Amino acid sequence: MRKEHLITATQLSRADIEAVLDRAAEIDADPSAWAEKYETAVLALCFFEPSTRTKMSFDTAMKRLGGTTTDMGGVESSSVKKGESLADTMRVVEGYADAIVLRHPSEGAAQLASEFVDVPVINAGDGAGQHPSQTLLDLYTIREHTGLDDLSIGIMGDLKYGRTVHSLANALTNFDVRQHFISPESLRLPRSVRFDLHESGAQLREHTELDSVLPELDVLYVTRIQRERFPDESEYRAVAGEYRIDAETLEDGKQDLAVMHPLPRVDEIAADVDTLEQARYFEQAHNGIPVRMALLDELLGGVSQ
Amino acid sequence: MSDRELRVSKIRNGTVIDHVSGGQALNVLSILGIDGSEGLGVSIVMNVPSAQLGKKDVVKVEDRELSQSEVDVLSLIAPEATINIIRDYEVTKKTRVDQPETVTGILSCPNHNCITNGGEPVETKFSIVPDGVRCAYCGTIIRDSIADHIDTE
Ligand SMILES: [Zn+2]
Repeated sequence: MRKEHLITATQLSRADIEAVLDRAAEIDADPSAWAEKYETAVLALCFFEPSTRTKMSFDTAMKRLGGTTTDMGGVESSSVKKGESLADTMRVVEGYADAIVLRHPSEGAAQLASEFVDVPVINAGDGAGQHPSQTLLDLYTIREHTGLDDLSIGIMGDLKYGRTVHSLANALTNFDVRQHFISPESLRLPRSVRFDLHESGAQLREHTELDSVLPELDVLYVTRIQRERFPDESEYRAVAGEYRIDAETLEDGKQDLAVMHPLPRVDEIAADVDTLEQARYFEQAHNGIPVRMALLDELLGGVSQ
Repeated sequence: MSDRELRVSKIRNGTVIDHVSGGQALNVLSILGIDGSEGLGVSIVMNVPSAQLGKKDVVKVEDRELSQSEVDVLSLIAPEATINIIRDYEVTKKTRVDQPETVTGILSCPNHNCITNGGEPVETKFSIVPDGVRCAYCGTIIRDSIADHIDTE
């Protein structure tokens, strides 16, 4: 199979996911074999929202395939500031690159972009929508750790606005996974995501506390609860405190629990977790490189071969 | 008032929308963008007994025939409606509304952060899902009061 764009995780089948993860594993095993594969290819990095991590990860992935990247720069310095539409920006950038990585603060931006260009568009985050390339590296990390079937995962934090959560939950419906969603009432999964999960027959349960479900989890995926989601500081502090973990919290979890986080974290995972076996979030971030190399290979489809 | 009496007040040319779910007639007019200022003859009957629907509304618009996209959106709030096109007092075409797979350019997305609300050169697009419609861009689902989201510009 070959996908034209990667816009949402709902478009990914099990076979699609496995193809990318298998390729990522091949790359991981022998990265030098891929160093010249896309020598003439150019990847455009269009980040309409500040991001260092995802951008660096795509930049590095492309360069390790032998290609180059061209960066739109910050929104402040670009024509967007002069009022150019996203559609126009994409049509111009299309002429510079073989594929476009897009991050944008509005939901649906990547879908719109994909309608205006012929080169592949990769959604690197659209508002509170989706972030499917993050999901692929999350799945790669889970697969390495426990495999992707017969698995209990707890996804905790800001489930309403968390785009990494939405994409991950969608993609996991392709596997035999029990999904537990742990969040304050006000940050539950949005209706649209719940609709997709029900449509695909997902096994899901929602909780307001981690305690009751922690002992059965194989994976705990923590996300940040942001201050701006709450009307005032005191409410934020009270709620966010409930969804913070430390080494002591994990004593009630399985010995081989994998603790994951899309990063950057603030204080939702205490530093004393970092040295535990269970901490997988740095490894998860490193996996971004082979997985994004594999994804680019899938979408570029050998243009420079 | 019975069905028989309703049929008596015939119009010469235009559209009769029958079997509209009770209470939806004003939304039907709003979908059609008719507020009276166009000078079209409009008659509405609301909440009359109907064997099928319990209560139904009937909307008659003189000198105006509906386009397919208008019929598509009508199907969202009046799934049982029948559309009668009248020419010279005769019904020349009678159709049941039929739910389309997508509705383009008529509804606006209630998610303010949706890219379709950002001044981009695209029409909105909604797919039909059980009990509602869903934005093809941001995924937002509208279940209640679909008529409130009709783009009146
Ligand atoms: Zn929308």
